[in-house]
Amino acid sequence: MTVLVKNEALCIGCGACEEACSQAFFKDKNPAKSSIRVFSKGEGEGEGFRLVTCTQCGVCANECQPMALKADARGIIKLNKKDCVNCYICVGYCPEEAMMQHDDYLEPFKCVACGLCAKACPTAAIAIQKQ
Amino acid sequence: MDIQKMRDSRVLINEMNYSIEPIERGYANRTLYINIGDGSIQEKPVTPLMKEKFVGGKGFGLYYLWDAVTPETKWDSPENEIIIAGGPICGITQYPGAGKALVCTISPLTGIPIDSNVGGYFGPLLKFSGWDALELQGKADKDVIVFIDGNKGIVRIEEAPAEAVDGHVLGEQLTEMYADSEEDKRNVAVVTAGTAAEHTHVGLLNFTFYDMRRQAVRLKQAGRGGIGSVFRNKRIKALVVKYQGVKGDLNHPADLKPIAATGIKYHKNMCKLDSKQNNMRKIGTANIIEVMDRYDLLPTHNFKFGGHPDVYKIESKVFIEKYVTQGLPDGCWYGCSMACAKAADNFELLTGPYKGDKVVVDGPEYENAAGLGSNCGIFDPQAILELNFYCDTYAIDAISFGTLTAFIMDCYTRGIINAEITGGLELTFGNSLAALELLHQMSRGEGFGLIAGQGVSGMKRIFVKEYGADPSVLQDIGMEQKGLEYSQYMPKESLAQQGGYGLTNKGPQHDEAWLIFMDMVNNQIPTFEDKAEALHYFPMFRTWFGLYGLCKLPWNDMTPEGNKFTDEPAKIPEHVDNYVAICNGVTGKGLDKKELIRESERVYNFQRLFNIRMGKGLRANDAVPYRSLGPVTPEEYLSRQERYDQQMIEIIGISPEGKTVEEKVAITRKHREAQYEKLIDAVYARRGWTPGGVPTIEHLKEIGMDLPYVLEVAQKALNTAE
Repeated sequence: MTVLVKNEALCIGCGACEEACSQAFFKDKNPAKSSIRVFSKGEGEGEGFRLVTCTQCGVCANECQPMALKADARGIIKLNKKDCVNCYICVGYCPEEAMMQHDDYLEPFKCVACGLCAKACPTAAIAIQKQ
Repeated sequence: MDIQKMRDSRVLINEMNYSIEPIERGYANRTLYINIGDGSIQEKPVTPLMKEKFVGGKGFGLYYLWDAVTPETKWDSPENEIIIAGGPICGITQYPGAGKALVCTISPLTGIPIDSNVGGYFGPLLKFSGWDALELQGKADKDVIVFIDGNKGIVRIEEAPAEAVDGHVLGEQLTEMYADSEEDKRNVAVVTAGTAAEHTHVGLLNFTFYDMRRQAVRLKQAGRGGIGSVFRNKRIKALVVKYQGVKGDLNHPADLKPIAATGIKYHKNMCKLDSKQNNMRKIGTANIIEVMDRYDLLPTHNFKFGGHPDVYKIESKVFIEKYVTQGLPDGCWYGCSMACAKAADNFELLTGPYKGDKVVVDGPEYENAAGLGSNCGIFDPQAILELNFYCDTYAIDAISFGTLTAFIMDCYTRGIINAEITGGLELTFGNSLAALELLHQMSRGEGFGLIAGQGVSGMKRIFVKEYGADPSVLQDIGMEQKGLEYSQYMPKESLAQQGGYGLTNKGPQHDEAWLIFMDMVNNQIPTFEDKAEALHYFPMFRTWFGLYGLCKLPWNDMTPEGNKFTDEPAKIPEHVDNYVAICNGVTGKGLDKKELIRESERVYNFQRLFNIRMGKGLRANDAVPYRSLGPVTPEEYLSRQERYDQQMIEIIGISPEGKTVEEKVAITRKHREAQYEKLIDAVYARRGWTPGGVPTIEHLKEIGMDLPYVLEVAQKALNTAE
């Protein structure tokens, strides 16, 4: 399985990954439209940044009643937009909170492990790995 | 299954083509009228008055039904209608429980309007096909099927002689027939009855949805009040709707954003809290079997007792571990993260015409487990599931079947009826094979099944007339009111729930008010005033779900963290706010939570006056069998002697010492009957009704249900009362 892995300790919070992702998939440099998210750590979490990434665990696919979310040959969970009924149960049930929704679009969206964010990352805090 | 042969035997009766129009803010703005008798098909506009006064769903159903019938109309009169309507929120995919249809007709059990709330895909697909409601009137002389193609804009009535009648077979046949492919099956929804609906008054309707993971047609039921009996009496075999292209914005809501945000918030709470709260995703409503037993609320042996030592054999864990498939997204419409439409797969049937078949059993719902189980003294999960399956496919309301079979068993045990009368069926508590045979007889239209199929009310008449039974005994132990069988909660120890059942419009079904825990367990509504307020608010709030096409379970079968610290935890304020948000998101109405109640009050009072118009709906019709209020027999008294004796001292102010059990039963009865009358006084006053149970003219004007023909019925009833 191919998956995006992270090392949060290396993240400097520059947001290059979010820009690369949202630009590639929505032609918009907007973190809210990115499938990877960078957040400053909250109170009690220490210094640094928290990265929200998809582990391709498949919980979303299990929850999808019309079976619009399915694993491809590489184990990447992909959304077939045509079959999606926009219920957002996948968004509510993602254990990583990595299934995204934005009001500009009917369909939710997620990481397909394309690696563009990893290429944009200046510190190698994220990488594509075969597991 | 030879689909081609079925197709070849079809005869077209009539066809109508219609234009496809977008839905606006939850409304298709037209309804479909079909007369099965003369084959006519007609489009009707949805008027501003309909939206303002009746909203949709059950409101539209009652509105059309009032127009269709006269006070003389019986359930099997040709002018009686079956109306199926979703409601403006029906079909949204973002918030759980938003795919409900409401079905109304004049009930064969009660003679007044019945409304039943049902899942499955028919309601949403009907609306997306362009119809806010479907009205069915008239009677055919041969079996017919109505087909609606929502993409091509075609309505067709056809004679359909070759298809099956039983729900699980017919659902599969028609899904197979109308779907282009396996993937397309989810775009087909079917409404069926079943063979027993042809011979009884307790027939239900099955609404299908295609379960993609099981690759099976699933059945959800519009169970109460015998709507399936009306359906088969009209010779309707099935309704089919097909609509391809379901998306989350087909209602063209005023603003999708709050709907999406509210839905996601709910899904997250469900994900986090369900396993700590009700386990709805594991076992659905059946999670409360053991809870009801623990609180002495599980109807047992025809509502005599509230629990039984053998309940552990049918507790929810047994069904979870042995029967009900886990981990599947079991929503009866898209977007339901509560996913309570559970099923037992590969269930092998041991009796009846499908013996040896491995089937999908939809359930068990709590009501089925309690009604078919403890209430009949049956503590065998296999038997409960088999009864459940046959009730569904034969189209018998499992709630009514449970209560009427328990009544028969009680009568049999007391010697009111015997094996000669039942044709050899030993209908004693716990005899599951006899109960199953009774069900098979209903399907075949034979023997004692035909008598049982008349319901408790019908049986009471027959037992008195034919077998010399004492009518007062039958009145005390026959758990029906207005002709409808009680659903499966023990109201004996909760005055508020006695009203929750007794002061309903359609008869004793818990969907109007379920106050047992608030009243009896949590003691949140101690005074008559408190109880009356609860018996105003909750029936109105719960009526609202039926106006919009919603399920009630997501409202109160999961509660947000911190709910108990809110001002009114029983109302679940966060979820009420959710409903206000999604209602305004869809319709753009800008309602607040008070106006939401006002919408319901209009329809609720309309239904009350509809009952009055049909000859019921007054105080006399809100009387209840004594077993719902207290212990009828010494045996029941003794089962709770300590509690009843203590109440006699503390509440009634009489010492039980030195009194016989019979005397104590009589003292308790006198007190409890008086309490119920006091409760009626308080509730009627709160609802704006006279002591006789008639909505006053002032109240009707105040709430905006002031249509001249409604006021006329009210005025006539008020004049008669004076």
